[in-house]
Amino acid sequence: MAEKILMKGNEAIAHGAIRCGADGYFGYPITPQSEVMETLMEEKPWETTGMVVLQAESETSSINMVYGGATTGKKVMTSSSSLGISLMAEGLSYLAGAELPCVVVNVMRGGPGLGTIQPGQADYFQAVKGGGHGDYKMIVLAPASAQDMYDFVGLGFDLAFKYRIPAMILSDGVIGQMMEKVELGEMKPRRTAEEIREQCPWALTGKTSDRNRNIITSLALDPNVQERTNIRLQEKYKAIQENEVRYTTYMVEDAEYLFVAYGSMSRICEAAVDQAREAGYKVGLLRPVTLFPYPEKQICDLVPQLKGILTVEMSAGQMVEDVRLAVNGKVPVEFFGRNGGIVPSPDEVYEAFVKLFNK
Amino acid sequence: MDVNDIIRPENMVYAKTPILTDTVMHYCPGCPHGTVHKVIAEVIEEMGIQDKTIGISPVGCAVLAYNYIDIDWEQAAHGRAPALATATKRLNPDKYVFTYQGDGDLASIGTAEVMHACNRGENIVVIFINNAIYGMTGGQMAPTTLLGQKTATTPYGRDAKLNGYPLKITELIAQLEGTCYVTRQSAHNPAAVRKLKKAVRKAFENSMMDKGTSFVEVVSTCNSGWKLSPVQANKWMEENMFPFYQLGDLKDR
Amino acid sequence: MAVKGAIVVDTDKCKGCGVCAANCPTQTIALSKQVNGKGYNFAYMENPDNCTGCTNCATVCPDAVITVYRVKI
Repeated sequence: MAEKILMKGNEAIAHGAIRCGADGYFGYPITPQSEVMETLMEEKPWETTGMVVLQAESETSSINMVYGGATTGKKVMTSSSSLGISLMAEGLSYLAGAELPCVVVNVMRGGPGLGTIQPGQADYFQAVKGGGHGDYKMIVLAPASAQDMYDFVGLGFDLAFKYRIPAMILSDGVIGQMMEKVELGEMKPRRTAEEIREQCPWALTGKTSDRNRNIITSLALDPNVQERTNIRLQEKYKAIQENEVRYTTYMVEDAEYLFVAYGSMSRICEAAVDQAREAGYKVGLLRPVTLFPYPEKQICDLVPQLKGILTVEMSAGQMVEDVRLAVNGKVPVEFFGRNGGIVPSPDEVYEAFVKLFNK
Repeated sequence: MDVNDIIRPENMVYAKTPILTDTVMHYCPGCPHGTVHKVIAEVIEEMGIQDKTIGISPVGCAVLAYNYIDIDWEQAAHGRAPALATATKRLNPDKYVFTYQGDGDLASIGTAEVMHACNRGENIVVIFINNAIYGMTGGQMAPTTLLGQKTATTPYGRDAKLNGYPLKITELIAQLEGTCYVTRQSAHNPAAVRKLKKAVRKAFENSMMDKGTSFVEVVSTCNSGWKLSPVQANKWMEENMFPFYQLGDLKDR
Repeated sequence: MAVKGAIVVDTDKCKGCGVCAANCPTQTIALSKQVNGKGYNFAYMENPDNCTGCTNCATVCPDAVITVYRVKI
């Protein structure tokens, strides 16, 4: 019988890290995600699995520690919130440019600037469109429960290593702070030095006589080399788009209207779907689990049965642009959101639906 | 005795270490980066640690150091090398991990990273090349530029009122409990290079003894940036840099 | 015991910085009037008889282009 424990989403991240065989966590305290590092420090995984946990002097340092750890083929991660992630933008671009796998958790709060410590979803563009410089992408996973928080650490590492790409868990203060039962998976041992050598021939494991030296860099002084690298990166992103889309649906079979929402908003919308159904409206929900790759085809496939789409976010409207791109004008796409740290209620979503579609 | 009788393999007393690659270095003629690379490579060869050493190159002229020393390398964002080194070493305690950083990288944009890595006593080696100027971007003022020294951004000489004072960061580093060995060396003549090599070797050895951070500053020239010939630059360094950045050990425990 | 030395300069890679010549205690080395493929006046033994094989030149050479030989005579 699998263990089920009541815990915060942030604590689930910490347990997910230890149990999926992570090698290192480097972080800096910031609300609303400080429980991640606090839990790790309390668990002392260095005494059990050998996982390294270190409080850095800044988010700038923690993301660069992630870079330094990732170069050696280790499973390393950090977590932060919104403005901390902004500080990491340079490091994330370097990680993407150097094609290093890692997991970065963003437990979003309301912005811009110092903003609020209440939850938000206004970092969608930053996460999905590339918050740093250059043509790059990260895999972006959007958890909607504490269980997802736990599961997505391991999933994030799997995808990150499969494609040599940073994976971001784009969560928010609601998911980070709420307590839910989490089923803990089996303890996966950390990879041995031999396994890393075998699985990550690119990693800095020490230059031996049987191979050339490994160099992890994102520098190309020759623009031809840089363009080739960029083309290769785009091909990789295309493969990810084709193979790694994840999403869930709720009551879409006969739906004439579709809510599209991710993370905590998908749960609010699920309740709003129930409300709409009770009132006799055929409404369904599509929740993108991966924000990159985005389930654009899956949304587009539903278009023939739809009269309208309502995108709901805790922002001024960011993901709605991708929904509009996906349906390309074939069906009206409306937006409803609260932001600045306000979490909309199912009632508000339902009322917005009724109003926007003249019900 | 004919020269050709001397030039025989059995008579060879000095040759380029195979740890240095055959790639021609991109550095300007006379640039001490090459000398310091060579010293590090020779130490790696003598200690037999090629397969156990990971170098971290900075942003600056030495960004391409990975083309010249035949070990595994990571290239850091500007100033962040000590953060990379921290994680690399903590996750791979069996490796010798060193950063190679210039004065702009280490003492300006990367001040926080180097101070905190040293303060935590990371078991790493920091090689700090101080030539009092930003070489790669074309000779602008560095944190270590001397008062009165002309650079591209201090065309009338560094003025304390306008630009602040030259930063003796090595003295600050020596104050930190986490450091075990802090030394200031140079590489401008044979005696200096030999002393530097001893310092680098000690620093590498320290990093396996759980003693804390070893920090080796190399007071250097940038003859292109200083607009002097390599030999004149060495003289200018002796006359102007050494009185302010005095050579010797600041800490050894 | 007397020693005699000689150096071999990798003239293709020498950048003619002159640091070796400035540090040669026996004035063995000078910069050539000729230039290499990169246009540098490379170092060479102007006074080969003076060389003691002390390795000072190779020690300070930033480009590691000098190999030193020494015999006891």
